[in-house]
Amino acid sequence: MSDELDKLKAAMQSTPEVDEAAQLRAIEVGMEAFEKNFQGSADAVRPTREQTRWWALISRGAVDMFKHLTSRQILLATTSFATIALAVVLTGQYNGPDYGADEVFAVNEAKIDALGRETAATDGDVSVTTFAAEEIVAAPEMAPASVMNLADTRMEMSGIVAPSPAAISQLRSVAGMPIEAPVLYEQNTEQFPDADVNPLKIASEDPVSTFSIDVDTASYAYVRSSILGGQLPPADAVRTEEMINYFAYDYPVPTRAEVPFTTSVTVMDTPWNPDTKLLHIGIKGYELPIEDRPPVNLVFLIDTSGSMQDSDKLPLLVNSFRLMLANLQSDDKVAIVTYAGNAGTVLEPTAASDSTTILASLERLYAGGSTAGQAGLQQAYALAEQMADGNEATSRVILATDGDFNVGISDPESLKEYVEDKREGGVYLSVLGFGRGNYNDTLMQTLAQNGNGTAAYIDTLAEAQKVLVDQIGGALFTIAQDVKIQVEFNPSEIAEYRLIGYETRALNREDFNNDAVDAGEIGAGHTVTAIYEITPIGSPAVMVDDLRYGTKEAGSLNTGEYAFLKLRYKNPGEDISNLITTPIMPDADAGLGDEVGFAAAVAGFGQILRGDNLMHDWEVSDARTLAQASKGEDRFGYRAELITLMRLAESLE
Amino acid sequence: MRMETSDERLVALAADGDGGAFRSLLQRHYATIFRVGFRVLGNREDAEDLAQDICAALPKKLATFKGHARFTTWLHQIVINAARDLIRRKQAARRKASGWGETEVLRRDEADATKAELDWLSNAMTLMPQDLRETVALVLGEDMTHREAAEVLDLSEGTISWRMSEVKKTLRQIARKEEML
Repeated sequence: MSDELDKLKAAMQSTPEVDEAAQLRAIEVGMEAFEKNFQGSADAVRPTREQTRWWALISRGAVDMFKHLTSRQILLATTSFATIALAVVLTGQYNGPDYGADEVFAVNEAKIDALGRETAATDGDVSVTTFAAEEIVAAPEMAPASVMNLADTRMEMSGIVAPSPAAISQLRSVAGMPIEAPVLYEQNTEQFPDADVNPLKIASEDPVSTFSIDVDTASYAYVRSSILGGQLPPADAVRTEEMINYFAYDYPVPTRAEVPFTTSVTVMDTPWNPDTKLLHIGIKGYELPIEDRPPVNLVFLIDTSGSMQDSDKLPLLVNSFRLMLANLQSDDKVAIVTYAGNAGTVLEPTAASDSTTILASLERLYAGGSTAGQAGLQQAYALAEQMADGNEATSRVILATDGDFNVGISDPESLKEYVEDKREGGVYLSVLGFGRGNYNDTLMQTLAQNGNGTAAYIDTLAEAQKVLVDQIGGALFTIAQDVKIQVEFNPSEIAEYRLIGYETRALNREDFNNDAVDAGEIGAGHTVTAIYEITPIGSPAVMVDDLRYGTKEAGSLNTGEYAFLKLRYKNPGEDISNLITTPIMPDADAGLGDEVGFAAAVAGFGQILRGDNLMHDWEVSDARTLAQASKGEDRFGYRAELITLMRLAESLE
Repeated sequence: MRMETSDERLVALAADGDGGAFRSLLQRHYATIFRVGFRVLGNREDAEDLAQDICAALPKKLATFKGHARFTTWLHQIVINAARDLIRRKQAARRKASGWGETEVLRRDEADATKAELDWLSNAMTLMPQDLRETVALVLGEDMTHREAAEVLDLSEGTISWRMSEVKKTLRQIARKEEML
């Protein structure tokens, strides 16, 4: 290119920055036009990303219908709970490790749909009643048929699972409600654990940091759906370690089967503070070839109560299961139990190869009625046990909920006990959560941690693909249990340190060597990352002054090491843990290249979202720049998506 | 399997009435709309007005996005066309008001430009006819290949290459004039 062109190009690309006020104005004007275009219903349509198109139309219709409901009827329509449990029975032909543990997938989709609204007077625990025939009065001004026609057209166009005739007829009957327009409120009853950000620790006073690993990713998906919905997530919803661990990193793969994972340690400069360092610990579980995986028997326990008909719940779930089904092997078996009012077996145990039968059953599902969760759960377990019968079975149940576990077993403690009890019997439990508005993150976390499980928050079909298909090995097959990390910092080298994230995973120092204390597990192929920010002695970044009368005891063993890493894990099914130790030198470098940079970018982003006050002037744009620079190969586009989220977050700040 | 929400998906959701998706689209692309507008029009006020008009018109226009082209290509087309319309309207208004020709007006704009580094740019741009400016805005401003720019402008790749050589000529003329001064 000629000099002139270069000069012109440079001048061109230095055109003025976008004026933020003008941008906001334009976007508001655009949104106004958008809403006008959709006749005022735009804000009632949830900002989900991945939804079946026909459903969007039906839901819009339903919103209009609901404007004509009495508040009592809205109470009736307000479901707060729905559960889908998927019981997985692993038959015992596989001689590998005992893959047993509970697992909680918190699956949750962005905004609420029309049918899940609550009036201001209700709390999140209203029970559900179907729209019984006698409640239906002659149709006023709605023309449900037109909605249905649109829906039909769209269904053909997009080739998506059709809603069941029953679901459609239910919508039709909803349309026939008497007129009396209450104001609809969207009440948010979501609950998150309120764990404070890990505090800065002084190495000379408190040299040991102990925590359980965490392969959950729920928080990332929640953050994503918030940001795409146009809002920064509440600080408590952000668990930095789950955001970091959402991404798979290219850590070295274990070569020897005896040690099921590798540990890579790197000390690097802190992007947000020139005077501190980051200590990056990367763990990679060995990958189980998919063809080696033992056959699974799945019991889908699907709650089909009224609130599940939102597009982000039952329809998304059915589509997710279809994805999963396509990836099962011919010796796997599937059964389906639903419960809404009455529990019932919809599909007897069927070979996964008979996909026609299974798909037909899935497509017959429709949401309506109240939940009889306990009966459903018991029936699913009974079926799972029956399927496992005769095998030395290890099994797993996946529960999916759009709210609290407030049916049947309403007390989380007794639910935990029930689940633990069943695990002893060889059937395990995982949980999928759906819908946003009364999502109970605390309970998900508790159950996930209690059951050694992972919590993945599937907010889209793509997320279902990631969790239920791409990572099915990690989700179903545990390679190491009760994985605990303990880092002892050397007070003669390190003044202060803090662990980024893992707030809800902290363990006591003595728990590390106590094999009775439960901790997280690693699935096949999982990567887990933990990052400390450390302040070397003498750095200007040291926050805490020395004590006037304090005796700063230098460690007796002066090795020049920054820290000593200890890692404990159990092989699946074993009771005795194994120990791995690694001294960490100031120049530790596992040669991971961009991978540590990307993890640091995510860590920084998570901390900014959490409102961390140790980030100095580092902003989301800096995190984005770092993420872009260290994006690496990004085969599945996950990292590119984060960069997009960061850009959106910048405009939301 | 890709995780990122593609523009195309956001468009599909927005076309179905998903306000959040539409907002995301606007947030994602406002800067591009503004920049391309600025490069073709040459001043901030017009570029901002243009961007706002496009945001307002986009909900209806989305229905015409068929997915044959990439969304960004389609969006660039909209910006270029809207900019042409704006220039036409302004010229018509000016003729009515004062009979000023385009060149006169652009010289005035040039004098108004406060930022020194923009002077050379606006000088160069004002000396170029509309079609070269559009081409430059896409090829140099948006870093498009000739092929991509050709797609936006609905021209052959060869035409773009020819236009770029015209741009080079114009720039050399400017350089010669600068030397003479």
